[in-house]
Amino acid sequence: MNAALEVSGLSVTQGGREVLRQIGFELPRGVFCGLIGANGAGKTTLLRAILGLLPSQGAIRVGGRIGYVPQKLQLEPDMPVRARDFVALGLDGHRFGLALPSRSRTQDVDAALHAAEAEGFANQRVGQLSGGQQQRVLIAYALVRSPDLLLLDEPLANLDIKAASEIVALLKRLCATRKVSVLLSAHDINLLPAMDRILYLADGKALCGTVQDVVRTEVLSRLYGYHIDVIRVHGRILVVAGGNGREHDHDPVHVSAIP
Amino acid sequence: MSYLVEIWLAASLVALAAGAVGYVVVLRRAAFAAHALPMAAFPGAAASSLFGFSLPAGLAGFALGGAALLTLVQRSARRDSATGLLLAGFLALGALCLSLSGHYAGSVYGLLFGQVFALGPEDLPVLGLSGLCLPILLWLGLRPLVLSAMAPDLMRVQGGQPRLAELAFLALLALAAGFAVPVTGALLVFSLMLGPGATASRFCKRLETGLLFAMVIALGLVWVALGLTYMTNWPVGFFTGTGSALIYLLARLKTV
Ligand SMILES: Nc1ncnc2c1ncn2[C@@H]1O[C@H](COP(=O)(O)OP(=O)(O)O)[C@@H](O)[C@H]1O
Ligand SMILES: [Mg+2]
Repeated sequence: MNAALEVSGLSVTQGGREVLRQIGFELPRGVFCGLIGANGAGKTTLLRAILGLLPSQGAIRVGGRIGYVPQKLQLEPDMPVRARDFVALGLDGHRFGLALPSRSRTQDVDAALHAAEAEGFANQRVGQLSGGQQQRVLIAYALVRSPDLLLLDEPLANLDIKAASEIVALLKRLCATRKVSVLLSAHDINLLPAMDRILYLADGKALCGTVQDVVRTEVLSRLYGYHIDVIRVHGRILVVAGGNGREHDHDPVHVSAIP
Repeated sequence: MSYLVEIWLAASLVALAAGAVGYVVVLRRAAFAAHALPMAAFPGAAASSLFGFSLPAGLAGFALGGAALLTLVQRSARRDSATGLLLAGFLALGALCLSLSGHYAGSVYGLLFGQVFALGPEDLPVLGLSGLCLPILLWLGLRPLVLSAMAPDLMRVQGGQPRLAELAFLALLALAAGFAVPVTGALLVFSLMLGPGATASRFCKRLETGLLFAMVIALGLVWVALGLTYMTNWPVGFFTGTGSALIYLLARLKTV
């Protein structure tokens, strides 16, 4: 299999509602793809379906191992777990039995911490790290089994712009050096230019392409089913979604900006 | 063996199990379950005196049954209120059994608040088994027990089964709670579990050292409580309860 991920005809029903309808796309190896969509568009649903955590219809083919960074993970400050011990849970934390210290275990953990640039705080309690540091530890956790595909669910949501762009830069380096494919979900499209591809999710449908391909008035309008303006001003891109073809609707449903 | 040594040994074994399981309770944020399961053991003790089967069997049987019910309840959306209702139901059942058995007042007091001096040498083998086996099982299961509570999805992606871990946890909790009931009473088992567990989780940097530390604290707590009970003739549950709260307050003063 050439691609890191092939999805075709994927439908997922959640709570009686079809959240994803006949979605199809393909993710080549070593590509950094942004999964974009408003809150409730089904980003988490898509990622969990790819992971096999949700029942779904259609075909999902993954060309290798998957690493996952979930959306909501509370790392409590009083957890007696150092960052490096947490990453080690990614190797065998799901199995009962003693975790005997071995050289290959230590090496795997150290390599993952190094790749995620998290060595500096590896011996601190994971719950006491800053948001950006915790994201790095979570990325190290996802990397520890040397995945071919990395799924990250809104890893930038609680970070400031600087921490967020550092994480994006880190992921971009991982794509280049390790040939890992990254699918990163975000509800706002601030850091889009860094990505090789965009997977746009709206109304249960998906569209895949480059930023230039996808974020265009006619494409987004067709996807949403009503008129959407994509405006380019001062090198930034503004996505303004209006009501169902009503000319004088002043309540934009969704406004996003690309710097 | 002298009577006092037997008491001391029995209480120590209970402390080891309670300390170890309490630590995992704290890590899994399952304090409410830890409060409810001893209540499930309470009617077991009452029923054993009513129907004449052995006390350990009654305690373990009912606590494990409670764990099974709790597992079912925890799937529902309103798990808090459901757990609370279950807890009230257990207490009511225990009250009925005790009342039918004819020695209500004294037994109620003992089963709710502890009657360590009523333990006999026949209780020691069972307590010994739980005091030694439970910590070992918890030690072996520590990482999946923590991971399944912290990040069930990550565990599933790795091929683990968080549901199974939850079931194992509730069963171990039920056994530890059930066997601690005669010593500290159903209401105060909770104190023996949470104080040491919470303290250890604040002070230790590693999962495994925390488990050992929690057991040591629980052991120390029970020894001090037994000594004070011997001197004052006050109930042992009073000393474990206040001691546990005190230890935790002191631990809170340390910023993690
Ligand atoms: N467990 C669930 N039960 C019922 N509906 C759900 C469940 N999980 C998600 N949904 C619904 O599915 C839709 C997509 O949710 P989600 O994938 O979490 O969106 P996103 O991650 O893009 O914000 C939402 O409308 C949400 O209400
Ligand atoms: Mg989501």
